[in-house]
Amino acid sequence: MNLLALVAATDDGGFHGPSIDEFFPPAIFLAGTPFEINRIILIRFLVVIAIVLIFWLGTRRMKVVPGRFQSVVEMGLDFARVNIAEDLLGKKDGRRFLPLITTILILVFSFNITGVIPFLNISGNATIGMPLVLAIVAWIAFIYAGLRKHPGAFFKNALFPPGVPWPLYIIVTPIELVSTFILRPITLTLRLLMNMIVGHLLLVLFFSATSFFLFTATQTSIFYGLFGVGTIAFGFVFTLFEILVAVLQAYVFALLTTVYIQLALADEH
Amino acid sequence: MLQTTLVAAAEAQNPLLPQPYDIIWSAVCFVVILFFFWRLVLPRMKTLLDQRSAAIEGNMEKADEAQREAEAALEQYTAQLAEARSEAAKIREQARVDAQRIGTEITAQAHTDADRAKANAQVAIEAERQAALVSLRSEVGSLAIDLASGVIGESLSDDKKATALVDRFLADLEAADTAASDTSGKK
Repeated sequence: MNLLALVAATDDGGFHGPSIDEFFPPAIFLAGTPFEINRIILIRFLVVIAIVLIFWLGTRRMKVVPGRFQSVVEMGLDFARVNIAEDLLGKKDGRRFLPLITTILILVFSFNITGVIPFLNISGNATIGMPLVLAIVAWIAFIYAGLRKHPGAFFKNALFPPGVPWPLYIIVTPIELVSTFILRPITLTLRLLMNMIVGHLLLVLFFSATSFFLFTATQTSIFYGLFGVGTIAFGFVFTLFEILVAVLQAYVFALLTTVYIQLALADEH
Repeated sequence: MLQTTLVAAAEAQNPLLPQPYDIIWSAVCFVVILFFFWRLVLPRMKTLLDQRSAAIEGNMEKADEAQREAEAALEQYTAQLAEARSEAAKIREQARVDAQRIGTEITAQAHTDADRAKANAQVAIEAERQAALVSLRSEVGSLAIDLASGVIGESLSDDKKATALVDRFLADLEAADTAASDTSGKK
């Protein structure tokens, strides 16, 4: 990072590689307060408005025989309902946790996809706040589900799995504690965050390199333009890949949240 | 550019350390969307799904109804067809029996007619015969009287005369007989 900063600092007309500062843009409103608003926060607001508009309009006058727009909206909602919630939790529990699962799926996808939308160009999940909040929500949700289903017995079953000889609890209990109650939210957070950070850095790298090769380096030699063609092709391919990642990570996040709830609801641990 | 980069580097920003504003706005976004889906979108979706399943059930019921009606109609038509068939068979049977009966009657009638005609003819013949017998008898009587008077009126000593007399008598008889049969033939 220091090296990159140095490169950027020493040669003003040279190549500017992406740095971690990408994720700490300067504040636009309320700088220095806990309610500071920067570019990424504005993108989040925009996405929230877009989600509300799309789903408000898409569900405003729903018809039994759906039109095109309604079909798309229904498809998104049905994916969360049928393929995730009802599939893993069954009809009854699936309905209970459906608002949470739908919110996570739609929110994560929408925040992910801004990483490839022109002029937004950064994912709303590329700073730790959003993944962390969602992971904490998932954590609270599965603990809540377990406590409601097995009041009193949930933590005992989770930490001291029945059917294990008691001396083994010396090993098993710390492992269960760490894996269930500590690692789950951390992995949820980091998986999503790192996918978005790395995806953004890759795209910035390819497109800033393209800009450098096509407009700066060609002043030295026209030959460098060929590299620019190569990097823009890579940038295009990785943009498609990022769309896939956006869908996949949203699915994974919603699915894992549901699986954790399912495990907490299960009678036997 | 130089300034911001150096400032950023000096602060040593760690992407794993959440900023308060980051957490706060993320939580706000999450809560807004959660309530939006929980209170508005998913209830609307649920209403729609209920309506849709109700509509599908209604349509299936309607289809069942139509199926039942069609089956009932088919049954009715089949029954009517069978009835018509048996009716036709009955009529045909009746016609056959009638034809047989009429034929028998006509034959019997013809026999009766023929017998009656034959009987009439026999009666007529009998009457004719009786009439002929009566007339013959009366003529034979008068002839016998004629013959006897002729025999008595002539001399029987002469053989030749006697023979001529008999011959004449026979010739007269014959002639009379012919005349009598002519008159009966004409009649």
